Amino acid sequence: MAAEMPVRCSVIVESRPSALGPSCREILAALEAKGFTPDDIFAVHLALEEAFLNAVKHGNRMDPTKKVVIDYTVDQEKIEICMTDEGPGFDPRRIPDPRVGENLYRPEGRGLLLIRAYMHNVEYSERGNSLRMVRCKSQPVPKG
Amino acid sequence: MAAIQPRITVEYRNEATIIAFTDERILEDTDVRALREAVEAVVEQAPRIHLVLDFRHVRFLSSAVLGLLIRISKRVYEQEGELRLCNIHPGIYEVFKITRLTNVFGIYEDVESAAQSFSARQ
Repeated sequence: MAAEMPVRCSVIVESRPSALGPSCREILAALEAKGFTPDDIFAVHLALEEAFLNAVKHGNRMDPTKKVVIDYTVDQEKIEICMTDEGPGFDPRRIPDPRVGENLYRPEGRGLLLIRAYMHNVEYSERGNSLRMVRCKSQPVPKG
Repeated sequence: MAAIQPRITVEYRNEATIIAFTDERILEDTDVRALREAVEAVVEQAPRIHLVLDFRHVRFLSSAVLGLLIRISKRVYEQEGELRLCNIHPGIYEVFKITRLTNVFGIYEDVESAAQSFSARQ
């Protein structure tokens, strides 16, 4: 019965790239406990890391006085993550496509593309400082 | 074979230099910076290097590592060298496909095929 109850949590994380570790481990453990596949766990892990780096670097601009708030809910069917920084926000439509032309050879700018590729639903708040992303649980591949 | 601060190992095979990343996860800026310094130290010493980056141990990486590879690639080509990648885990290969970096890097199944792919030196 307890395994069917959704896991809900809200954490406040410092604006350091390495600060995500403990929260990330908790989220991935919750996914494993709910029977998400290794591919799901890889996808959520990657999206979390990319979203957090964006929040810390581009949102809070590494300001140690600013925090990132991560709210997440994991149930039997999906994980929903909402990540909010204290930055001014941005317009995701203005981020150039890193797969096109000279952008392909730029060392940065692939985080949002990967988040969109690995999560099933990705949306930003109007201000652009809060990201909501959802991934639905995959069906496990039958063995044999 | 030399081990550098367990981040990479360096092996020389015929005319190719094989650098293997030894970490299973490459995520943080400090890791990426350390790798960049370690790899560039090898590249700087070897103009026209035939470099193979071996990902056999790597199971997870962030987009910062893709940026690292772009930087290393530029440095190698500035030095008139050539770069190949190999042993990329399927989950990580998907990241290369999504970002279309499969069009940028020569990606090979294993060290042997990567090393054999280099053009003969004049």
